[in-house]
Amino acid sequence: MPAVQETIDQVRSIDVDQYKYGFETEVEMEKAPKGLSEDVIRFISAKKGEPEWMLQWRLDAYKRWLTMKEPNWARVSYDKIDYNDIYYYAAPKKNPAPKSLDEVDPEIVRTYEKLGIPLREQEILAGVEPRNRVAVDAVFDSVSVATTFKEELKKAGVIFMPISEAIREYPELVKQYLGSVVPVTDNYFATLNSAVFTDGSFVYVPPGVRCPMELSTYFRINEKNTGQFERTLIIADKGSYVSYLEGCTAPKRDENQLHAAVVELVALDDAEIKYSTVQNWYPGDAQGKGGIYNFVTKRGDCRGKNSVITWTQVETGSAITWKYPSCILRGDNSRGEFYSIAVSNGMQQVDSGTKMIHLGKNTTSRIISKGIAAGKSDNTYRGLVSAHRKATGARNFTNCDSLLIGNECGAHTVPYIESKNASAVFEHEATTSKISEDQMFYCQQRGLSEEEATALIVNGFVKDVLQQLPMEFAVEAQKLISISLEGSVG
Amino acid sequence: MADVTLMKTPAETALAQAFESAKTLLPGNVESRAQAFELFSARGLPHRRVEEFKYTDLRAFLREAAPFAVAPSSKEAAAALENAKALAGVEALQVPFVNGHFVRDAVDFKSLPEGIEIVPLGEALADNHDWLARLSPVPWASDNPVYQLNTSFMADGVMIRVVGEVTAPLHLRFVTAAESAVATATRVLVLVEDGASVTLLESHESTDGANHQPNDVVELIAGDGTKVQHVRVNAEGDKALALSTMAIKVGADAAFNSINVVTGAAVSRHQVFAVLNGENTNLRVNGATMLKGSQHGDSTLVVEHAAPQCESRELFKTIIDGEATGVFQGKIIVPHHAQKTDGRMMSAAVLLGEGGAMNNKPELEIFADDVQCAHGATCGQLDEDLLFYLMARGLPKKEAESLLVQAFLGEAVEFVENEAAREALVATVEGWLKARG
Amino acid sequence: MLEIKNLHVQIEDKRILNGLNLTVNKGEIAAIMGPNGSGKSTLSYVLAGKEDYEVLDGEILLDGENLLEMEPDERAAVGVFLAFQYPLEIPGVASMTFLKATLNAQRKARGEEELSTPDFIKRVNAAAQQLEIPKDMLKRALNVGFSGGEKKRMEILQMALLQPSFCILDETDSGLDIDALRIVSEGVNALRSPDRAFLVITHYQRLLNHIVPDTVHVMHSGRIVKSGGKELALELEASGYAEYRTGEAA
Repeated sequence: MPAVQETIDQVRSIDVDQYKYGFETEVEMEKAPKGLSEDVIRFISAKKGEPEWMLQWRLDAYKRWLTMKEPNWARVSYDKIDYNDIYYYAAPKKNPAPKSLDEVDPEIVRTYEKLGIPLREQEILAGVEPRNRVAVDAVFDSVSVATTFKEELKKAGVIFMPISEAIREYPELVKQYLGSVVPVTDNYFATLNSAVFTDGSFVYVPPGVRCPMELSTYFRINEKNTGQFERTLIIADKGSYVSYLEGCTAPKRDENQLHAAVVELVALDDAEIKYSTVQNWYPGDAQGKGGIYNFVTKRGDCRGKNSVITWTQVETGSAITWKYPSCILRGDNSRGEFYSIAVSNGMQQVDSGTKMIHLGKNTTSRIISKGIAAGKSDNTYRGLVSAHRKATGARNFTNCDSLLIGNECGAHTVPYIESKNASAVFEHEATTSKISEDQMFYCQQRGLSEEEATALIVNGFVKDVLQQLPMEFAVEAQKLISISLEGSVG
Repeated sequence: MADVTLMKTPAETALAQAFESAKTLLPGNVESRAQAFELFSARGLPHRRVEEFKYTDLRAFLREAAPFAVAPSSKEAAAALENAKALAGVEALQVPFVNGHFVRDAVDFKSLPEGIEIVPLGEALADNHDWLARLSPVPWASDNPVYQLNTSFMADGVMIRVVGEVTAPLHLRFVTAAESAVATATRVLVLVEDGASVTLLESHESTDGANHQPNDVVELIAGDGTKVQHVRVNAEGDKALALSTMAIKVGADAAFNSINVVTGAAVSRHQVFAVLNGENTNLRVNGATMLKGSQHGDSTLVVEHAAPQCESRELFKTIIDGEATGVFQGKIIVPHHAQKTDGRMMSAAVLLGEGGAMNNKPELEIFADDVQCAHGATCGQLDEDLLFYLMARGLPKKEAESLLVQAFLGEAVEFVENEAAREALVATVEGWLKARG
Repeated sequence: MLEIKNLHVQIEDKRILNGLNLTVNKGEIAAIMGPNGSGKSTLSYVLAGKEDYEVLDGEILLDGENLLEMEPDERAAVGVFLAFQYPLEIPGVASMTFLKATLNAQRKARGEEELSTPDFIKRVNAAAQQLEIPKDMLKRALNVGFSGGEKKRMEILQMALLQPSFCILDETDSGLDIDALRIVSEGVNALRSPDRAFLVITHYQRLLNHIVPDTVHVMHSGRIVKSGGKELALELEASGYAEYRTGEAA
């Protein structure tokens, strides 16, 4: 297994601090005044040059948010967040809306290079087969700094641009779909996002079009005391297909930073959306100081018949993760899938899972979740599978396995399985175990060290999910998992 | 943080009034009752926003609190017991309760089997009996509003101590017989001393047609090396709102085997809170629930592996016919030190008709790394291939269904060692299927 | 005895049988051979009345009675028996319980009296002995944990007990070693009678060395493409099914 050797080299090469994306970029930034108020929302809206309806939408959300309470049902604990001690908008001062890459602050371009995300198309093109190309939207704190391959995608009819641009250029599309999957009133963090979201990606794939390349957004939080509130909206029109990747990192800081994103997917008749995430926000140090609070609402609506939405996530980062990428299976014969690897180490807390809401006839869903807890972390799978009265012939298969490494962590499984239709067939299975001593012994007897053996066995444990990721991402994810588990054995 | 309930529902108000007027009349220490009731009223009747009651909203189900039943006359008690049929054919030492009160005349205290001691709870509370110190052994139960209500209102019951090997089963019979709705709060404590073994039967019945509100608690403390067989039958009346709790604490090297078979009540919720407190103990908690019409049946279970190297098996089977709703909530908890735990929990439900619903919530909460824990949950119709196979062999559809239902529930029932009790349970299943037509 | 006329069947919009005609007479053993996917198992399921198969056209008559109008259990009562290719496991139902329930259900449907328990046990034991089925197997849950050979023997035991007039053996030889094949075949041969017909569905000629057929039919693309005597099976063994594939899209 060459990948394993690579993994081990990778693990060895990193320093004690493990998190290799923890550097900070020195860029002069323009910020909104600290804290949250109507004025700050007006400021954001004005900065984005938004039409009046968008501002009103935000203000309505803000009013609603003021009446809401922070949810407390997840198995996570953290000090109260002071929502007035956060900057809600931070953008590079030099040319916050660059027309081309040449206008972007070179420091920022270098940052993305350091993160392994080239933004210059010619660099990407060098030595890469066209079908393996990835178009990138790079979001730096509150703004999108570059979007690659926009023109080429446009030729295929695919719209891929920062959502702030889409609001100006395609207001009708945005109006029609924004908030139609995750309503403004959905939950505390989604409502907050609706009020203050700053950037994110917008994708529209027209009927019958197979998006010619992978789309991806890379989120980077850089500025201190800044929250990131991105909003992503992907619409796959009838018979279209798109695969979208999301990556994220942040510098190491002693304070916690809030990331409250909303992602909405809409798949119309016969359309398919694959959404993959490799989440590697700064998880905090070994004592639990610092790290990102990742409170995210992701939901897909299989609105049309025979539509398919697949969520694949590799979660290794964040101090706290609170996220449940879900599918509403509204169209007859639609399918929802959720593949997840959640690795927690140190003092991380993960409460993640999915919801599969079966509304249409003969809808199917599949959930494969692999949780790995190490260090002093807590890792919870929370999921809902439900069949409504009219969901005749609904099918779900769920498998969630947890692996504990060490004796100071916790792994928990909280599934809700609700059926109101006799013809719905739901199967759920879950296991919790440790790496078997026999397997370890066998590997060690063949010459692997304890750490190598652990990496090998963990890779086997998560294989089902890794296979769901696009190739380049799978290798990256595999390395990431091993890095996250660094120091957890012995 | 619990939501503060400012408005009391009429049922909550009635319960508060009932407690005020009854607290000094009920036997024993007022303080401990008042404490329990205070805990209850701080949160009120649990509703769907309370996680543990998400699927069984007691605020909605219990709109009117029935008055607590008074002690029956001996004639009334005898007549009620005469009509009670659940597990009646199983030879056992009868310990009956009618309308929440222990029927003293029915027990011959002078010739109790060797190794059995029985103390009526009413007297024990009044005399502040030594064993009372062992009441409420499981913290999970003490935090529970249903249990708190029982502690507030318990009027009578028994405490039983078992020493050595007792062969004849003990049969706790809970009967509610009254024409109009009454509430009861019966409490039983069973102390199974180190090395003892016993078979415990429990039957719960009430008259049809009245909205009786029984709330029974059976607590069982089993010491090291004990062996306990427990069979419980809920054959409550068709209108009853039956709440019940079993709190179990088991020592080391012990074996505890329990089943709850449910056919009765309009709404029922049976809660089991089990703590495995010593190493190498084996626990089995099974359930077989048959629901029809608009019945609502909830089985809630918490098993805490508080000691290493224990094994627990939970198997819950639910059959839902008509527009009934089944609920299974089960949680296995394994703290840091409980290494080598082996826990397996399974809930399987079959929906026979249209319009039924099943809610499953099997949870694992695990903090120890060297464990093997698993849970599973399935829900669907009877296997069509099996039905076809049986019909291809000549069985009409209904018969084929019945055979499959019997086999399905049989897997939960087959662990009952007492043959007469097991046969009575099989007959219960057959009777339910026959009534289905 | 059995007449199948112009049978068209589909499952989930996929056509499997396309105008199949077949007649099997009383006392006859008819073998149906054909490559995988030719529709052999579909035919057996349609004869027994499995729900998912949609009959678009045609009829199936057993002794003049229309099978297509009957439920599976009614077909069993008039004598149709299908020995399944993959017999099902029924956890929690002891084999004995199952045998008794089915035998009495069929007797009841035919207006016969139920068998007394001693009578029943006598019959089961006799049949079990012949098929070399140990008694403890009968106490275990039906087919649960049985080996492939044990399952097939259990099918033949049921056949012996239920005494059907029309027996369908669906790939009964699959998964059998040579000894099990002998035992099963002997069981079938013992049931040969002038009043009983068999439809033996198989992929290989091997089984037909043990259960010698009167007629052999070759099935392809959902219809019978050739019929003949037992020598046809030997021909097929030598030449394969290739010649019947002509005309197929490659």
